Amino acid sequence: MQFIYSILALLWAGNLCVHAQHTLSGSVSAGQNKPLDGAHIHIGQLQVITGPDGYYEVHKVDTGQQRVIISYIGYKTLDTLLNVQGDLRLDAILKPESRQLAAVVLNDSTAAKTTARAKKLSTVTLEKYSAGSLGDALKEIPGVYALKTGSTVVKPVINGLHSSRVPVIANNVRLEDQQWGTEHAPNLDLNSAGRVSVIKGANALQYSGDAIGGLVLTEPITIPQDTLYGRTLLNFASNGRGSSISSSLHKGAEQGWAWNVSGTLKYFGDRHSPDYILSNTGNTENNFAGDIKFMGSSYDISAYYSFYDATIGIAKATHIGNVADLVRAINSGRPSVIEPFTYGIETPRQEVQHHLAKANFNKQLGESSTLAVQYAFQLNHRQEYDMRRGQYAGTPALDLTLATHSLQADWKVETGKLVLKGGVSAAIQDNTADPDTGVRPLIPNYDKYDAGAYGIASYAINDGLTAEGGLRYDFSHVDASKFYQKTRWASLSYVDAFDHFITADHSTQWLTNPKFTYHNISGSLGIRKQLGTRYELLANAGLTMRNPNPSELFSDGLHHSNGTIELGSLFITKEKAMKLSGTLVKNDGDFTFEATPYINSIKDFIYLEPTGIEYTIRGAFPVYNYRQTDALLAGLDLQAAWDISNQWQYRSGLAYLYGQDVQSDKPLIDMPPLNMTNTVRYSNAEWHSLFLELRSEAVFGQERYPHNNFYTDVTHHGVIVPELVDISTPPAGYHLLHFNSGITFSTFKNGCATIGLAIYNILNTPYRDYLNRQRSYTDDLGRNMQLQVKFIY
Amino acid sequence: MRNLKLSALVFTTALFTACSNDDDATIVNEEEVITTVQVTLTPAEGGTPVTLTSRDLDGDGPDAPVVAVSGPVTAGASYSGEVLFLNELANPAEDITEEVAAEGEEHQVFYQQNALGTITYTDEDSSGNPIGLSFNYTAGTAATGTLTVTLRHEPNKEAEGVADGMITNAGGSTDAEVVFSVVVQ
Repeated sequence: MQFIYSILALLWAGNLCVHAQHTLSGSVSAGQNKPLDGAHIHIGQLQVITGPDGYYEVHKVDTGQQRVIISYIGYKTLDTLLNVQGDLRLDAILKPESRQLAAVVLNDSTAAKTTARAKKLSTVTLEKYSAGSLGDALKEIPGVYALKTGSTVVKPVINGLHSSRVPVIANNVRLEDQQWGTEHAPNLDLNSAGRVSVIKGANALQYSGDAIGGLVLTEPITIPQDTLYGRTLLNFASNGRGSSISSSLHKGAEQGWAWNVSGTLKYFGDRHSPDYILSNTGNTENNFAGDIKFMGSSYDISAYYSFYDATIGIAKATHIGNVADLVRAINSGRPSVIEPFTYGIETPRQEVQHHLAKANFNKQLGESSTLAVQYAFQLNHRQEYDMRRGQYAGTPALDLTLATHSLQADWKVETGKLVLKGGVSAAIQDNTADPDTGVRPLIPNYDKYDAGAYGIASYAINDGLTAEGGLRYDFSHVDASKFYQKTRWASLSYVDAFDHFITADHSTQWLTNPKFTYHNISGSLGIRKQLGTRYELLANAGLTMRNPNPSELFSDGLHHSNGTIELGSLFITKEKAMKLSGTLVKNDGDFTFEATPYINSIKDFIYLEPTGIEYTIRGAFPVYNYRQTDALLAGLDLQAAWDISNQWQYRSGLAYLYGQDVQSDKPLIDMPPLNMTNTVRYSNAEWHSLFLELRSEAVFGQERYPHNNFYTDVTHHGVIVPELVDISTPPAGYHLLHFNSGITFSTFKNGCATIGLAIYNILNTPYRDYLNRQRSYTDDLGRNMQLQVKFIY
Repeated sequence: MRNLKLSALVFTTALFTACSNDDDATIVNEEEVITTVQVTLTPAEGGTPVTLTSRDLDGDGPDAPVVAVSGPVTAGASYSGEVLFLNELANPAEDITEEVAAEGEEHQVFYQQNALGTITYTDEDSSGNPIGLSFNYTAGTAATGTLTVTLRHEPNKEAEGVADGMITNAGGSTDAEVVFSVVVQ
């Protein structure tokens, strides 16, 4: 297909200059009001990238004929000659790249034909959270909340759902990193991602059929142009007295060899709340990613490897021995351990490594179809260290190794108004729980075999109307090996029901071999309709099925991080969800907005419910059992932006969610409360691309929650008295103010530097968040000042 | 760096062994678990010791600990007391008291009671603070009450009252907590 690029305006600005050097400025967009954030502009040795509004400035341009190259991932590169005699303005509109072979896996590049709305994070947002995590950055999208354990373990919550219900697709590979655990964050370095987007709901069947909550997609940086480009980000943060450095080098090409390498180091000590040090909350990360690609005329072949290595301290104050300790923590309102600041990370802590190696082959089959084949191997190693005694002091309490091989082939054909996508995938997974920990593992050894196939058709009925439908089938077989205490086997009513799983008798324990097979069907239907010139409407319906994860099936024992006994159940069956959502978008004019109402009805929703108290030699513990019910989640995500003038912009986001257990007619636990952000931004593109931004974040108190409080016996001055354990009441709402700013200089001849200053929680407000698992023990983070220096070269 | 090497090793091994099918779980012997707390009160003037035992042989399994008290204590009498922490899942039973004594600075046993008399520590760790594995008990007047024995890991031994056996300011995490009904007659 032939694509043209157009230059909107090529204007002489100002007088002819007597100086030998001039400034070229302008904007890069993909059409009206679609600014391209992070587009590259090259003039000889000079290089800059555009800001979030698509604006750029290149200084010190020599007089005379200059070759200007403007490029952006997925768009046709603009390559032109300019006769520079003075300051110039060049506004460019880039057209989508048609020959992008990776189109099969890039959701956005088929935007015109897909009915699912992908919300993308801007490069500026990604860089802002360079020292943070994926979960922190995603929280900028209305409807995405963060489930935290302390401040460093952050999981994305999409429309109230998280963990196994929100797969993370990193670089076209489904991340297999023990995502079932609420205190296991995605093992991903945000700095290695060039693009991050969220698809709320199930309409991305090429990736999975079990994304009941939605999908997070990350893609690496690719530069479709023959150039060498580097970026280094340095961060210094006051809270945690830490710093991070992330550096990457990219060699782009239209044909032939292209490669990328990037690395990140993070080093943080104890964080602090407004009033005290949060002891043992430091973290370190060493990450690397690299890939190499060869592009022929009708095919490309590539290899990729990434390594993520993190050590994460868990606040000491959250380690409790029994319920009486929990009561003390809740009632005192202050952590029981406050020590002087240190960079040392003791126990409890998590040590996690994730390797991802993969190879891709993409082939253009004739004019309109492409084939993409991918093999990926992932290895995840997680060790959790607890406060232990004697010879076990240096032994992890949990030591899991998860290895996953996956193979997939995706095919796509575009014929006129019809786009067809299809694919098959298969995976083998092996989990090993190291028995040398001296602790019965919460998650058993298992092998899992998966296979799936999908087909998606999009049809452009007329100019402004597209319809899309998809169907997917998934097979999954789990073969586990686990020891059960005989007393537990009986108390869970497994006698008779699951006796066929028993393979050996080890005095007080049974050795069992549970096996489960699942056949799942998922489907999606959607339409996308242009309403006049200003509005667009997207409507989607999706059916998804999710198999119970190992923790829901097999959990069996004491969870030290929250002082509960968690029990899975072999009786648990798969979840089935039907989600309906609509999105009304206005993306034309100074005022733009997007409204997404949705309703998600989940049959056999799996959740943890407190069912009683068990006594051990450590004392009493509340028991939580995995149960199933029917759930209803309904809500509204709103986003609006107003370009008040060239320099002032206002943005707002709001998310409301209603979550109900319809079987027992009570609210669902851990649903994000109503939250709202308002941002005022001043930017002056004329003066070093300066921007100043003030952001208000308001989180309301969650009024709808189930009452799971219970009484426990606590010894007070030698007398035993029953005491209420209030684990249910959510913390009060809170309001935080954040500041962010940036300024860009052309430092050396062929690069530029951006200096950013950000202050989070300016007023040092103490607060606790309902979805932070440490909310019973400590306040959340206090003020954090962050200085960021970015070099582009 | 250590992690890096270790991880690289695991990576290579897993790459070649991930498809093997020898995945039967290995039984985990929980050598660290305390199944039994036993308090022995030996009368200073001779006679049969009183033993108080709490035993939970399924660890964090569903069964509750079984509590047994051998008999009443004599009003006004003096006893030398000691506490034992055992793991009776191991064969022979493992004496965890030794580990607690060896890491005395990181542990303390607390005795909370009301109207049963007075309890004073008779041992100390290398910093001169009590560990609480041995103590003197002088029984009060005739009464019935409860004795709560608590083993704390990493308590703040310098906090106010902790050296005297007051648990309120001790912090730390609880490794064992058992309650005995005691009759003084």
